[in-house]
Amino acid sequence: MPETTLLDWAWAVVLYWLGLAAASLALQTQAGLTRWVVFPLGILGAAAMAVLGALALASPPTQFILPIGLPELPFHLRLDALSGFFLILLGVASSGVGIYAIGYFRHMAAGPLAVLSLWYHLFLAGMALVLLADDAYAFMVAWELMALASYFLVTTDHKIPDIRRAGFLYLLIAHVGAVALLLAFGVLHGSDPARMAAYSFDAMRENTLNPAWASVTFLLALFGFGAKAGLVPLHVWLPEAHPAAPSPVSALMSGVMLKTAIYGLLRVSLDLIGAPPAWWGTVALSLGLVTALYGVIFAAVQSDMKRLLAWSSIENIGFIIAAFGLTLIFHADGKGALAALTLTALLYHALNHALFKSLLFVGTGSVLHATGERRMGRLGGLIRFMPWTAWLMLLGALAIAGLPPLNGFVSEWLLLQAFLLTPGLTQPYLNMAIPVAAAVVVLAAALAAYVMVKFYGVIFLGQPRDPELNEAHEAGWPERLSMLGLAAGCVVLGLVPSQMIGWLNPVVEALLQQTLPNDGNWLMVAPLSAQRASYAPLVFLAVVSAITLLVFFGVKYVYHGRVRRAAPWDCGYPELDARMQDSAEGFGQPIRLIFSAFMRVERITPDPFDRQPQYRGDSRDKVWLWLYQPIAAAAAWLSAQASRLQHGRIQWYLIYSFATLIFLLVFVTR
Amino acid sequence: MTTGIALQIGQTLLALVLAPMLMGWVNVCRAWLQGRVAPPLLQPYYNLRKLFHKDAVLAHDATRLFRFAPYIIFACMVLAAGIVPTLANDLPFSPAADVIALVGLFALARVFQALAALDIGTAFGSLGARREMLIAFLAEPALLMVFFTASLISQSTELPHIVDRLAHQEFALYPSLAFAAVAFWMVSTAENARIPVDNPTTHLELTMIHEAMVLEYSARHLAMIEWAVALKLFTYSTLGIALFLPWGIAPAGDLNALPLALLALALKLAIGGAALALLETVNAKMRLFRAPEFLGTAFLLAVLGMLTHFLLEV
Repeated sequence: MPETTLLDWAWAVVLYWLGLAAASLALQTQAGLTRWVVFPLGILGAAAMAVLGALALASPPTQFILPIGLPELPFHLRLDALSGFFLILLGVASSGVGIYAIGYFRHMAAGPLAVLSLWYHLFLAGMALVLLADDAYAFMVAWELMALASYFLVTTDHKIPDIRRAGFLYLLIAHVGAVALLLAFGVLHGSDPARMAAYSFDAMRENTLNPAWASVTFLLALFGFGAKAGLVPLHVWLPEAHPAAPSPVSALMSGVMLKTAIYGLLRVSLDLIGAPPAWWGTVALSLGLVTALYGVIFAAVQSDMKRLLAWSSIENIGFIIAAFGLTLIFHADGKGALAALTLTALLYHALNHALFKSLLFVGTGSVLHATGERRMGRLGGLIRFMPWTAWLMLLGALAIAGLPPLNGFVSEWLLLQAFLLTPGLTQPYLNMAIPVAAAVVVLAAALAAYVMVKFYGVIFLGQPRDPELNEAHEAGWPERLSMLGLAAGCVVLGLVPSQMIGWLNPVVEALLQQTLPNDGNWLMVAPLSAQRASYAPLVFLAVVSAITLLVFFGVKYVYHGRVRRAAPWDCGYPELDARMQDSAEGFGQPIRLIFSAFMRVERITPDPFDRQPQYRGDSRDKVWLWLYQPIAAAAAWLSAQASRLQHGRIQWYLIYSFATLIFLLVFVTR
Repeated sequence: MTTGIALQIGQTLLALVLAPMLMGWVNVCRAWLQGRVAPPLLQPYYNLRKLFHKDAVLAHDATRLFRFAPYIIFACMVLAAGIVPTLANDLPFSPAADVIALVGLFALARVFQALAALDIGTAFGSLGARREMLIAFLAEPALLMVFFTASLISQSTELPHIVDRLAHQEFALYPSLAFAAVAFWMVSTAENARIPVDNPTTHLELTMIHEAMVLEYSARHLAMIEWAVALKLFTYSTLGIALFLPWGIAPAGDLNALPLALLALALKLAIGGAALALLETVNAKMRLFRAPEFLGTAFLLAVLGMLTHFLLEV
């Protein structure tokens, strides 16, 4: 009897989730049982998955062959450090979101809730299988399971036409991407393509492709995984699908599912193909930077809170892909330590994004529940009615804006260090171009702060823009608990970067055969060498909070703490109205002016004498106009041409069959 | 170690105490240049004392965020002032943050300021917050390029190493630093809400940026913010000194060099403050949407500096 490995346990958790999915079908009339038994059991599984992933970081890779699958290609599973890291990400984020889901779906009827619970747990199982799969077939099956389950989750409210449309767009792009992945695996087989076993990842690892085919594989993989991750110009589904889905689902899709694409990209390019040339990195870096900038500019002009977060996810994915590009460049150039630095920044940011984006998405869910409103122009002042949600969301907003001492800053700081250390690359053009590219990263990061001030300020601060908001209620305790946990994660990851880098080292070593030297200590992170750069978030936090409290009580003690309440002054203007605050559109106006080249703005502005003024402003994505509409038009035209063949008369169809038969016979007998 | 901590606390306190005086000095110089009777040099201190004595007036709807923001902003600036080597080099706080983390610290203060401005929900508050964040995202890439150019020579983003390399190892003039210094000046006028990007003395709704955000503050809260603004100007000045004119800063552990360092600092700040007043007198505030061009120029200058380094100095 062989020993039970970590992989066996991980597989058991996947089976357990599949079992829960089946069980929720059996509980179609018992909403309470689904919420209070099935979801909590699912969270236990997620927590177990996180623990297994953490254990896998320190253990040697384990493999496992299942007796199901194709005749010659049974399912291969493998758990190594890379899968382990992403399993931690999956487990941590889905535990947090799962707790939230218990509270969030309290008003849902038993029938739809059972269906939702079915797809939810299938989705979790699919994502875990993607991370565990060790052959092309198992990977694609898991990938499809994940895509389909998430499609059905997105279309939970399928009675609304816009949501069906969003779901279709998502499904379409997911499958265009899946086709590219299928082709990528088709090129990337082992040395003996006649045998199915050549499609196991082990065979792919052993086989070395010639450079041209390797590049084809890389580009196909970048396309396929880019479609899932939301790389510009394949990002169009994200701002549609994320707002359409229920908030916990948006949180999982944005926080975790996008990261499976990053996992796939790392797995294929660094593990399966191996030895990437530098130009792959340049391609990925440029695409990543474009994506980051594009995403954040559009995030700044959104007026729907969930759509804003979806664009912000695009920005963060761009950031991760840029880090990936730098990793490839440094790896190809033999700069192992720098490659380790960027890969660490990449993994760190992936985990950070999973935490703060989940937090922000579930927070918008609470706002949506409390107010029934997604348009930021109708919200405002919620910090007074929902203090828990508001203060926890503040942590998430500060973290995603990349401010110290929270977690978003750490990964950004690590990546900027890598940018600044480029001199010394063998290609002189990269030496000069990459530091300038760093400016794009900073621009995107600074814009992210703009976006978050807008997001937080318009929703939670100021005066309620609608009198009905005064009845907004605080989220229930499961929601608060979930947000508390996710926010605590953001704080902890921000405060202990040295330990985190230590934990990430096995992953980095597995991919690059090199770890990141950390010259710091438990207090301070200093990648490469303390001479170059160091950062001590705990000192930051301690000093800033100590001075804040010291000054607060000092001023009170030395002078006084008297406070008088009065009406706001506002430069002496007497009639203050909630509608005089910046709306979401107003806050985005400078961005719209400065970056007008990126978007098409449609505006309807009222006449000054209009008694009932109507204002509408819409900033459209030009990629949609230039790329997707022509493709859609071409597809429509082609189908119109094809429909000419259809007359509805059986004689014609018989002639078609006959002609086809003749054609095939000519080819076969040749 | 104890001397290090004592020096650290001493330097931070010195920054705290000197910062309003730098502000006062700039105001005095500007009054002279504009042919007005100058206010006393210590006027900022009188203002602070007056503000601390008054009762704070808060809007009815002001939340805790609004009340705590001034203290948090102040604390951020104190930490920043502690990190930049002003008198002595290699102090205990220095490894807590390199220049990039310092930018993060300023950004943290700025975001709290903008959020506090949005808290009450006045028209001016949101206007100021929007403009402040606009200037900030334009300025930060340029600032990073400046830091990058400055850090190329010492191969480090740690301020003590940059200072050490320039001031204590070899005397050399770098053309790249000249470009970077001009760019740094332009960026710091934007970051400190000075002319030509913003006007610290205006309350005109068309032009104000920083003042629009602090309109609702009064008494001790306003005092904390005013002090933090002065500290920010002081820290930016000492940052510029550390990056481009570090001669005179005492080497690590050298107590005898401190009096000279203090003298050098006073001299540099006096000249810098006068220069700032001069530039503020001969320039006019520009329109808000000219700021992208202004800060774009700063960015290009910094990039030029970097290219100069690669072409001439390697």
